[in-house]
Amino acid sequence: MSSPCLSIKNMTMAYGDFIIQRDLDFTINCGDIFVIMGASGCGKSTLLMHLIGLHRPISGDVFYGNESLWQADYKTRQRLLRRTGVLFQSGALLSSMTLAENVALPLTEHTRLGAQRIRQLVSYKLALVGLAGFEDYYPAELSGGMQKRAGLARAMALDPEILFFDEPSAGLDPVSAKLLDDLIRSLRDHLGATIVIVTHELASIFAIGTYSVFLDMDSKTMIASGPPKQLLAESRDPKVLRFLTRGASENSSFSAIKHQGDELL
Amino acid sequence: MAVDNKLSNMTVNCKAPLFEVVIAGDWLMESQIPDLELVLAQLGDGSQFKQLVFSTEALGRWDSLLMTELIRLIAYSEEKDISVDTKTLPSGIQGLLALVSAVPERAGVRRQLIQIPWLEMIGNSGLHLQNDINALIIFIGNLTLSVAAFFRGKAHFRWLDLWRNIQDCGPSALPIITLISLLVGLILAFVGSVQLSLFGAQLYIADLVGLGMSREMGGLMTAVIMSGRTGAAYAAQLGTMQVNNEIDALETMGFDPMEFLVLPRVLALIFVMPLLCLYADLMGIIGGALVTVNFFEVSLVEYLHRTVNSIHMLDLSVGVFKCAVFGVLIALSGCMRGMQCGRSASDVGDATTSAVVTGIVFIVIADSLMTIICNRLGI
Repeated sequence: MSSPCLSIKNMTMAYGDFIIQRDLDFTINCGDIFVIMGASGCGKSTLLMHLIGLHRPISGDVFYGNESLWQADYKTRQRLLRRTGVLFQSGALLSSMTLAENVALPLTEHTRLGAQRIRQLVSYKLALVGLAGFEDYYPAELSGGMQKRAGLARAMALDPEILFFDEPSAGLDPVSAKLLDDLIRSLRDHLGATIVIVTHELASIFAIGTYSVFLDMDSKTMIASGPPKQLLAESRDPKVLRFLTRGASENSSFSAIKHQGDELL
Repeated sequence: MAVDNKLSNMTVNCKAPLFEVVIAGDWLMESQIPDLELVLAQLGDGSQFKQLVFSTEALGRWDSLLMTELIRLIAYSEEKDISVDTKTLPSGIQGLLALVSAVPERAGVRRQLIQIPWLEMIGNSGLHLQNDINALIIFIGNLTLSVAAFFRGKAHFRWLDLWRNIQDCGPSALPIITLISLLVGLILAFVGSVQLSLFGAQLYIADLVGLGMSREMGGLMTAVIMSGRTGAAYAAQLGTMQVNNEIDALETMGFDPMEFLVLPRVLALIFVMPLLCLYADLMGIIGGALVTVNFFEVSLVEYLHRTVNSIHMLDLSVGVFKCAVFGVLIALSGCMRGMQCGRSASDVGDATTSAVVTGIVFIVIADSLMTIICNRLGI
């Protein structure tokens, strides 16, 4: 359970001259549900872009197992990234294709399976995310939550070892968000995949996160890491605590904050 | 990661009433798997079996491919009233099977993409055309109202937007207009020279290029370029705003999108098009001069003299007037398609395409009509 699956070594990210986060250094173990958290605008999603090969860090590197992502040539990088699946914030389904075509897209591109077999796989993936029967619908005909789940079915199409989620519960009602959390956890349990989630949704963080890092906007680096519940119980950093207790007022005493946090648990 | 795949295998032990399926080897998407039909055939009509059990001691690695086969097998058994003991499967598979059946398919939700018969398609496009025409008339009506509001000084829009639009579709378009018009003038001169030099009348190339550009080609080419450049941009801009709910936001803030978004764009094009047309005429004449002076022993002064003599004010005004009309049509089709755009990314592409197509169709029809009318009136 504890072999490193993804390691981030001394990574600094920037847009042009503007540094987003520097000196990030952490390891994601296989089988973890790893939460990347922090306030809006601190660079969580940017970090995700660097992990999935869409942005190159200005220094440092990402390792899939022992293999470097950014030192590698294009082909190796593509091979490494084929082991991953990404669910983008809005689902990012291709709007000109039906759900079945969306999910089938990576299968037709990267496997040599026949059309009928792909159709069976697509139906299975859609049933897994609770969308049985919606094969021939266009994304625009579905609600936001359903689009997100369909996006998850597409992300899982090739049975990835690592699944990335960008704000999975954004824009969902609490019940749907809870269902999605349960789904993520059972997928991890049954598929044995590693899950990396970018979120600031406290309920999700405590419900499913097994490990986490906290990115800080002011110091532009990670200021805490550990299992979320442990962070809440043991961290003495006011920024982390304020975040994990939903910004309980700063003049209230430390123990009061702790108390509120315990209630959340 | 180079692990040799073990051959996948699925065999059957018939111990009626128990039907035992033995699954062995690696079941991965890239591996060759046995045909499930063979197993289903042994199950037959299922009358002699009561229960389906699995034996998976020798099962190696597996992925979604095994899941789809199991789902098919289980569905088939249940159809034949054979109970399925999923407890005999590995816990991961059990969990996934539970997840698959957790949300049963809602009745009536499934549908097939049906092939629409061609007759129905023709009928549909007829109905669409009617809708399009209705929408066009409504759009023109709304636009007229906002233009009227503009002249009464009551239109709500930002002057800055108008200036930006003028900048976008005027000066920024000059390079492409220069290139195309210069080349059109050049082509006209070459084509004309073939006939005219037969009679030794190369000098009259100037008449041909001058009249051709100022009455017809200058305006038409400008309109086609601007339809592709600005009409498409309008449709894409407004379409994206539609997708992002920006137009809804404007409406809730009390702005009429017709006045706030469409009016400055239409006004900008109407203002700029005649100027671009004059510029295109000039470029065309220069293109013609380049050819005539360099290849046909006509001096530049002679050429310019002929040009000035051949083009009358009337010809120029007809060309410029036409171009202003084209400007209205381009802005109209671009903005209309943009405002009608649906809510998805592919709708923006559709809107842009149909804006350019509609624009060019309108331009050509209007040009033909105006040419006929001018001819009848003897202008």
